[in-house]
Amino acid sequence: MSIMTTLTDPPKASFRLSMLLYDTRYRSTTIQVIVLIAFMLGAAWLLNNVRVNLALAGKDFNYGFLQQVSNFDINQRLIEYSSTSTYGRATIIGLMNTLLIAVMGCLTATFIGVTVGILRLSSNWVVSRLATVYVEMFRNVPVLLWILLIMGALSESLPQPKDFRGDEPSATMSVFDSVAVTNRGIYVPEPLFSTGLGDIPVFWNSFEISLDLMAILAVLFAGLMIGKLIKTRAIQTQAATGELPKTGLIRLAIVVIPMLIVLWMLGFYLGYPELKGFNFQGGTRLGNPLLALWIALSLYTAAFIAEIVRAGIMAISKGQSEAAGALGLRPGRTMNLVILPQAMRVIIPPLISQYLNLTKNSSLAVAVGYADITSTLGNTTLNQTGRELECILLLMGCYLAISLVVSTVMNAYNERTKLRER
Amino acid sequence: MTMTDQSYVRTQMLGEKAPPVSNVGIIGWMKNNLFSSPLNIILSLLAIAAVYFVLAALLPWVFGGVWNASSLKECRAILLEIHGEPTHRACWGVIHERFWQLMYGFYPSDLYWRPNLALVWLFAAIAPVLFNGLPKKMLLVSVAFPFVAPWLIWGGSFWVPVMAFMGFVVGFLVHRFASKMISPLMGIIVGVLATLLWWLLLSSPMANLFAGIVPLAIEEVGSRQIGGFMLAILLGITGIALSFPIGIVLALGRLSDLVIVKALCVGFIEFIRGVPLITLLFVASVLLNYFLPKGTQFDIILRVMIMITFFAAAYMAEVIRGGLAALPKGQYEAADALGLDYWKAQRLIILPQALKISIPGIVSNFIGLFKDTTLVSIIALSDPIGWVKLIQGNAEWNGVIWELYGFVAFVFFLFCFSMSRYSMYLERKLQTGH
Repeated sequence: MSIMTTLTDPPKASFRLSMLLYDTRYRSTTIQVIVLIAFMLGAAWLLNNVRVNLALAGKDFNYGFLQQVSNFDINQRLIEYSSTSTYGRATIIGLMNTLLIAVMGCLTATFIGVTVGILRLSSNWVVSRLATVYVEMFRNVPVLLWILLIMGALSESLPQPKDFRGDEPSATMSVFDSVAVTNRGIYVPEPLFSTGLGDIPVFWNSFEISLDLMAILAVLFAGLMIGKLIKTRAIQTQAATGELPKTGLIRLAIVVIPMLIVLWMLGFYLGYPELKGFNFQGGTRLGNPLLALWIALSLYTAAFIAEIVRAGIMAISKGQSEAAGALGLRPGRTMNLVILPQAMRVIIPPLISQYLNLTKNSSLAVAVGYADITSTLGNTTLNQTGRELECILLLMGCYLAISLVVSTVMNAYNERTKLRER
Repeated sequence: MTMTDQSYVRTQMLGEKAPPVSNVGIIGWMKNNLFSSPLNIILSLLAIAAVYFVLAALLPWVFGGVWNASSLKECRAILLEIHGEPTHRACWGVIHERFWQLMYGFYPSDLYWRPNLALVWLFAAIAPVLFNGLPKKMLLVSVAFPFVAPWLIWGGSFWVPVMAFMGFVVGFLVHRFASKMISPLMGIIVGVLATLLWWLLLSSPMANLFAGIVPLAIEEVGSRQIGGFMLAILLGITGIALSFPIGIVLALGRLSDLVIVKALCVGFIEFIRGVPLITLLFVASVLLNYFLPKGTQFDIILRVMIMITFFAAAYMAEVIRGGLAALPKGQYEAADALGLDYWKAQRLIILPQALKISIPGIVSNFIGLFKDTTLVSIIALSDPIGWVKLIQGNAEWNGVIWELYGFVAFVFFLFCFSMSRYSMYLERKLQTGH
């Protein structure tokens, strides 16, 4: 018995310094402490360099410049802004423009990408080859080149505003004289309210929220909610009686009729663009930079999304579509009810990173002069104030925050649609 | 009753009948692939019409273009003379005249052989990775490449790359000596320190000393003279090559059990992946000097290379992490069972397999990086897009859009498409599973 104890119990050695390096119990801690010290020394060195260099340049580190008057104009904006506004407000305009292009781009890229991805798998030879050509063409050419090319195409090939003038103009407005496509951008009708509710200022008068928009959104939301409730009730009825009551028309009416009433009460009308002087007035203008960026980013990202969708669909075993066929489902319904819901699980994770890529690529706006955050904060503000450190740190912080929010939201969605394995 | 006299039973098989004409040959193919259903008929006709209209507009423009013209005006005049009326035809004269600038920038034309030789050397250097069964001595070419290529491109004294290489030799010798005398871990640390000290303190005086004794030098070329596709390729290859070791370290760090190391690696990777490349390039162009000791001045291309390397390393780390995660757990356990320590297990068992799995990912990373090098035109470097802008700003060629962008896009397409096809071929070749 005493022999056993001596065999199993290692001798109680006293702690020696060399054990920090050779004993696996302590070694990982030693390495980590060394790494941490090295990292902190490196960071301290960098920060000290920054301190010395800033002092040499006679600068300090503060964000006070965001309160100063900016003196530059932005013509593509979602909220009020003029050259007497502050740099801070210009930054917010830029951030909103970035988000605008990101949301618009993601929507159209998803639509085009899913369509092309499905077409690539089509049994129709010409169509699938055409889809392949599209994908390869856009994937293998830099996105910046596409942006510049489309920008050039828009400003070179579209008619000038003056071409719309005269008795026999060389260009005419499209869609019942409501949309003007010119080389300075596209003018579309804007929604206006003759008896509107006005705006209310929030955040110490820095923003105005349109009450009309709020009212419309509230009615829309309420309509959708009630519609969802009706649908739930219908499904309960189906579970109880076996018959699904037809609710489509009622649900449509519940959204549409109150909306029409609200629009009528607010005196809704469309403001059409009109040619006045050298340019079009009225309507909402979508400038060329916005259009070029939107089209290029959508087409470019769509090529990647198409590949993701194709891979996702191909990952679903053939037995699934054969089983659906055996049940008598038509090809369209097989795709919608059987293949796509399963393929979504494969598609979503890479799709998230494509959305993030699109958002990050929208920073190329600076090349065509679209006032996104890189352009307002990283270019104009930086050049005017000379505050490189503050501007670029804030810029990076904004992009990091967007990336973090998008990936959190999309990961939550991914978690919900994921296959539950027991 | 025997069965044999039943005369109506055929005793010989008939030959196969030919399938109906509508199911074979070009007609059958068209019927099956293009016109199998009403929807398919409509889609086919629409697609064919679209292809026809695009080609009908594009082909005369491309092939009816003018190659010999020294300005846009002259080109338009030639076209008017030929066709008698204003037509849409390409003015390829701009490519003809500016071809070498789009390729090499302002690089002296009598020295074009140097970057060309560097490129050929690159292919020789990566040959051992791509083909099996090459003689071991080919590895010497690979080892020499990182020192020879910058010397060929930037020129200068021959002793600078030699002394840079000596840094590794010194480090290795110190490592060997220290490993024997103290311990393997200390050997690595001392070896790295010796290399760094050599580079920081001794390398340049030694190079000057040798240059004083034996002046071997080739003409120096400034960074500002490097441009065009040469710059894009240079940035892409440096970025991928330098990011490879950093990416491996980051990926291993991210998967390690050491909490602090892991946190640092995750922080670095996610930070870089969360911001657009253009902000990193802004850092390179205006901010990097703030982070370095006062008075440090170095080349814009070098600064851009550093930031591009960081950028590529974060993405490379994720690709390699994917490769590491795809390895079956049994491989890790087998390495442990053999009693290998961490580095031996990684070096002999894990990494060779994980890197093989990640080769296609690395190639697509490289394609992405190569395309992203166009962003340097935003911080006023003269890559192909920067050159397009320069040429457009020129009085002779003001207003040329399609030809220039089309040409640059075509060259990028050739590079990226062939690389992606090659990566697909590699993927098939490396497929050892069943």
